[in-house]
Amino acid sequence: MKHWYHPGFWIVLLLVMGIGIFPIISQDAAARESGFSVLLAISMAVSLNIIMGYTGYVSFGHVVFYGLGGYTGMYLIDSLGMSLPVAVIGGGAMSALLAFLLGKAILRLRGAYFALATIGINEAVRTFISNFDPFGGPTGIELQFSVYKVYGGAANALWITYYGVVAIAIFTVIFSYWIKSSKFGLGLMSIREDEDAAEVLGIVTPDAKTRAFMYSAILPGMLGVLFFFKNGNVEPGDAFRLHFSIESLVMIMLGGQGTLLGPVIGALSYQRLRVSLLTSDLSIGPLPLKEFQLVIAGLLMLLIILFIPAGLVGWLRQKFNALRKVLL
Amino acid sequence: MNLVTIITALIDGLLIGVVYGIAAMGLNLIWGVMKVINLAHGALISLGMFGVYLFFNGMGIHPYLSLIIVAALGLLMGIFIYYIAIARVINAPHLSTLLATFSINMIIIGLGTAIFTTTPRDTGFSLGTIEIGPFNILGTRLVAALITILVTALLYAFLYRTNTGKHIRAVSNNRAAAELMGIPSNRILALSFGIGTMLAAIAGALIATFFSFTILSGEVYELKSFIISVLGGLGNPLGALLGGLILGVLEGALPLAMPNTWVPVIEFVLFIIILLIKPSGLLGDRK
Repeated sequence: MKHWYHPGFWIVLLLVMGIGIFPIISQDAAARESGFSVLLAISMAVSLNIIMGYTGYVSFGHVVFYGLGGYTGMYLIDSLGMSLPVAVIGGGAMSALLAFLLGKAILRLRGAYFALATIGINEAVRTFISNFDPFGGPTGIELQFSVYKVYGGAANALWITYYGVVAIAIFTVIFSYWIKSSKFGLGLMSIREDEDAAEVLGIVTPDAKTRAFMYSAILPGMLGVLFFFKNGNVEPGDAFRLHFSIESLVMIMLGGQGTLLGPVIGALSYQRLRVSLLTSDLSIGPLPLKEFQLVIAGLLMLLIILFIPAGLVGWLRQKFNALRKVLL
Repeated sequence: MNLVTIITALIDGLLIGVVYGIAAMGLNLIWGVMKVINLAHGALISLGMFGVYLFFNGMGIHPYLSLIIVAALGLLMGIFIYYIAIARVINAPHLSTLLATFSINMIIIGLGTAIFTTTPRDTGFSLGTIEIGPFNILGTRLVAALITILVTALLYAFLYRTNTGKHIRAVSNNRAAAELMGIPSNRILALSFGIGTMLAAIAGALIATFFSFTILSGEVYELKSFIISVLGGLGNPLGALLGGLILGVLEGALPLAMPNTWVPVIEFVLFIIILLIKPSGLLGDRK
């Protein structure tokens, strides 16, 4: 495929690889931790972009796949004694299955109704899991410390999960680009522009949408397993935090929906902003600036929606024609 | 389980259901008039709660008098939010208005958490209990239900008996046609958003008279409002009251038959099912 020569793809891939490799070279635990959260954010945003940016369906419930995948993986490790790679695949498969089952039904809903349904599904799954005894009910699942022995102790297990998240982030970018440049992706984008017209032109929209929904669900499912394995425990409140989905939405809006680079840049800058607010010494009156993290994120998002709805990458592409060749 | 327990549970459910209904009515009115799902709804309910708390516990103003002040402030705040965040994107795709209202939500919740922290608050207000035969009813809840019914009646009188109300209905039917008839649609939309916000604030204020709360409590009622709106039909204010009553009765009756923690599961599953089979709601028209 000649598409693979596109410089826009290589820029994104090298950027993500660079972020991922830096902590591995320096072998610094602090760099690894911040790398982990940045790559997690990038993968979440890029995978959400498949259904939201390419297909035009706004999902507020992306976190449901992350949470359910995480729970599935933790259950496989804790109760069935499976290994981490099997658990990661299991988590991804479970999320894809949920997306498949939900897909045909809720993707019939359009616009705001779909967005509402995704909120409802996240809450339904969260409240159900809180009552589901095999998953530990409201207290969740906590891993025995001995589980980490197989992976060379807890410290080494942290590195293993980090390699996992690097691999997934790189795969996510390649996967997202493959969809964007394929005929299937073209179909998704025509659904985004005009669903009825797409249908008339021969795209089987229910199937295409369900496939897109499944593709966007697999990755958070796998990431959830890595995150909660690293964390050591999983609870309903952490696993299905609606706010986490919304953060991914903000990242996509920041960078530019429907682009390849946008969600990556968005996630990177959102995380940087968050960290610099959290560690800032400034204060407003008696209150330290870090208390205002949410307010600042909200203001930022509002300004973007009102004034540059295409996001940073979209805006650059509109303003500078030459950049269209290199930014995807 | 005896009959008295069941009836008490149902009465409690009905009384709280009406208050849920008014919260949902605010959400519903906004959707009906301008096709915007207000994701700041929960935060505005929380502000209503804190409004009463600050006026009553801080300044000693009677809660029901505070309610009127809170309602007026809510109206102004809604109009303000409309001009700041929504007017520019009202014709943009749904995503824009969803995210615009959500960013307002983040700003309010963020400020609220920084100022009030998330320690639970309680107004400590009580009207005692009223005994009717074997049934005990909390005074504050009864008054809340009565106020809700009064507000609903006033809203209907406003929508169906005044010129401005007629304009709101016209804009909600067909904005372009309304504009051609000389109705200043932007001002009408701002007013509708204001009224929706006012209803949210009133609901919050009433809830604060009998439950403890934090700045995050509104979110629970926002989710309930979604369920209720879908039950009664998005865009149908009277349907919201019916939906509220249904949800209230479910919350009153279900715990008698199953553990309390299963109630939200049933609610959300119901929400999704109705959204799938009849998105226009129980009272909605067929489309």
